[in-house]
Amino acid sequence: MSSTVAFTRKLALSDEILMAVDKPARYIGGEVNMVRKNPREVDIRFCMCFPDVYEVGMSHLGIQILYDMFNRREDTYCERVYSPWPDMDKILREQQIPLFALESQEPLKEFDFLGITLQYEMCYTNILQILDLAGIPLHATDRTEEDPIVIGGGPCAYNPEPLADFFDFFYLGEGETVYNEILDKYKEHKAKGGSRREFLEIVADIEGMYVPQFYDVTYNEDGTLASFTPNNAHAKKTIRKQVEMELSDTYYPEKPLVPFIRAIQDRVVLEIQRGCIRGCRFCQAGMLYRPIRERNVEFLKDLATKMLRSTGHEEISLSSLSSSDYSCLKELVYYLIDTFQNDGVNISLPSLRIDAFALDVMNKVQDITKSSLTFAPEAGSQRMRDVINKGLTEDVILAGATEAFKGGWNKVKLYFMLGLPGEQEADIKAIAELSNSIAKVYYDTIPKSERKGKVQITTSTSFFVPKPFTPFQWVRMATAEEFMEARKVLSGAIKEQLNAKSIKYNWHDTDVTMLEGVFARGDRRCAALIEGAYKDGCLFDSWSEYFRNDIWMKQFEKTGLSLEFYTSRERDKDELLPWDFIDAGISRNFLYREYEKSKQGVVTPNCRKGCAGCGAAQFHGGVCYEPRNEAGESIGNDVLIPDC
Amino acid sequence: MNVRVRFAKYGAVKFIGHLDVLRYFQKAVRRAGLKIAYSQGFHPHQIMSFASPLGVGITSEGEYMDMELTAEDTPQEIVDALNSAMVEGFTVLSARILPEPENGRKRETAMSLVTAADYLVTVKESDSFLGTKSLEELNEAWARFYGQESISVVKKVKKSNTETNVDLKPFLYGAVAGMEASLPPVEKHSDSKEYYEVPEIPDFAAEYKDTCAEKGLFSVLLRVSAGSADNIKPELVMEAFARFLGCEETEALKFRIHRLDMYTGENPELKRL
Repeated sequence: MSSTVAFTRKLALSDEILMAVDKPARYIGGEVNMVRKNPREVDIRFCMCFPDVYEVGMSHLGIQILYDMFNRREDTYCERVYSPWPDMDKILREQQIPLFALESQEPLKEFDFLGITLQYEMCYTNILQILDLAGIPLHATDRTEEDPIVIGGGPCAYNPEPLADFFDFFYLGEGETVYNEILDKYKEHKAKGGSRREFLEIVADIEGMYVPQFYDVTYNEDGTLASFTPNNAHAKKTIRKQVEMELSDTYYPEKPLVPFIRAIQDRVVLEIQRGCIRGCRFCQAGMLYRPIRERNVEFLKDLATKMLRSTGHEEISLSSLSSSDYSCLKELVYYLIDTFQNDGVNISLPSLRIDAFALDVMNKVQDITKSSLTFAPEAGSQRMRDVINKGLTEDVILAGATEAFKGGWNKVKLYFMLGLPGEQEADIKAIAELSNSIAKVYYDTIPKSERKGKVQITTSTSFFVPKPFTPFQWVRMATAEEFMEARKVLSGAIKEQLNAKSIKYNWHDTDVTMLEGVFARGDRRCAALIEGAYKDGCLFDSWSEYFRNDIWMKQFEKTGLSLEFYTSRERDKDELLPWDFIDAGISRNFLYREYEKSKQGVVTPNCRKGCAGCGAAQFHGGVCYEPRNEAGESIGNDVLIPDC
Repeated sequence: MNVRVRFAKYGAVKFIGHLDVLRYFQKAVRRAGLKIAYSQGFHPHQIMSFASPLGVGITSEGEYMDMELTAEDTPQEIVDALNSAMVEGFTVLSARILPEPENGRKRETAMSLVTAADYLVTVKESDSFLGTKSLEELNEAWARFYGQESISVVKKVKKSNTETNVDLKPFLYGAVAGMEASLPPVEKHSDSKEYYEVPEIPDFAAEYKDTCAEKGLFSVLLRVSAGSADNIKPELVMEAFARFLGCEETEALKFRIHRLDMYTGENPELKRL
């Protein structure tokens, strides 16, 4: 007698629907390392959401960390949801099927929490799609006791104001820190039968939590903020970012999820450190995640081994903002090569400075004929690189390229920004000249007989968007016309170069950039733009095939808001900025000092060369507490990481 | 050492396409800790191949994968290791160490060997043509349909985007309607040092059969030509049957297809892969 097969998961969608859509695997869950629990046997149901398509969302490390952390709790079942692609969106609406979580396949509406990560501005309409399809009122103040508590987190939460209406609260800081406290208090509160409002007051009492409805905003006649004041006794005047200081003794998934369909990151992701010492003035991440904190190399070796075994991935990627600054990089990389290369495991090292070590590693792990070198000078001229404090010189780039060309590489990718503060025509043309110089290095270094065709230089530019909590938070962003003009100048300058035929030029779209500029530094009034655009059909705005600038522009007309007010306006030093109520650990004075220095083209040394007094030392750890010599330079991270 | 593994694919993972199943097994083999051989060159890939791609939406208990291992594991160790690395929807059912090819001869993969496949096709209640007819009527009609001298169908040729008439009959090795029916048995591999099969193979099609029995729906067992030469999709046979009964809108047909097994050799002398 044969037994029958027990199907433990019933899908939310019929076979007919799943056969009718592109990539049905986006909606079925059941992936390798998916956590199974009985929803009826837990106290708290949490649904994590990345508001973009599955393949993008599944590549995000933060959700994997929190998914693991929440599911370690016996009383909590954490599940996932991603944005249904337009084909599925249509079916869900037509057939009135409520949006569901992948694990249990049960409607989002039945959950206690919906946590949405905010990684980029152009996913904001997708957030409304998720709420709408789930049957959750878009506005936090319209939600009832039956609705999940909607939480926002991630980098865009550092200016949550354009989304303030749609979220019950924002979590400001790193997820490892206070989520357990929130869940404990929720459980207690739920058991007592407390109300939604009471719970939000409890949340407001917790450090780092921002409940927008507990604040009132007024505006001046010129449209700038006049006041930002709590209207509830529990709401703090300043919300302080929460930081995990024990990165070698904290949550990290040993069994990350492995999707069936190929995700953007189809590999093990090992975060080697958090934060950055470099202090590039345009970079929000480099400011927000201060101070830099390294993970112990033994902790990382152990994690890498466990994750490769539990996933079966054939590649591991070391993740950080600047891998070369990790104290034990050599030890870690050579360990990974020695241990796993015979098993066919590839090692990828994004954000690595090109030097002898990098070339040796790349030589060992990559196919030279196929791979390319990547430099991100961000600006073409040394003057402009000093303005943005990007400590990469032309000499370093050319020396790196020379070594790489000798080693057999002939593809180079270069990344720049256009529209940086104070940009002159000469700075733009310098991008073309630097691209040309690199090509010239190739033809000067490699004799004709040894060349495998032309050198391939790919020069890409994005348009600079000023971000909160950077020294450029006050700066006037270029207009779309100025961006277009800069692009034209560069395009022309590249064509004039001697090696123009070896240089390929790619650029980004200006329309999307302008909207990013609005939402990056927008205020509460911008919610009407997002809601209007969503209701008029905008979705997946970061996908060029779905981006509808005309609909967005209509919203500015409808609301009377001005795009230029948010983008192309220099802010006064003392203007009350929408995000000023957040203490991100770096002082406003430091940011302004840096802004002033940028105008003079004065560089600031990196955190290991000397302390610039940004304020991150208040967290009592990381680079701020590395031992230093008399000149103030760090003499190595031997407190955290001995022997390397 | 070359191994041929048989596995089942059922439940939600029937929506995973063939290339993703391939990726799934590449990773599963690594999770299982099996020492798989890699090809030479700068982009080494695992030496692994599948007998025949399974269409999206189709379940199976007769999928075959060949792989080369560098360690001398027993078939049972291989099955157990792989099953420790599976997710719901994939079950490894057997492993067979393949004999080394005779001197000078090239190894034949399951892909090159497969010649026939068995399917269970069950009609869904939502089928607005076959789903509305009585079981007796359909069973009786099936006998007449299959009894024809030739079964002509229109087959679309993808490459030239043209249509040709094909006679299905020579490629239909067996076709019997009803739950009680069976196809001629093909001798199994017996347990030995070279072959291991899990002690109890569950009935992966139980849910389909139960639904049919409960709702009085039509079902049929098919044995058709398969492989690289004359691969007959069960849908094609079902469409021909519906047309035989006067159906013009074959898009309205709704059935569940379950692959039962695949064979090699020339019909009726079929052998297990």
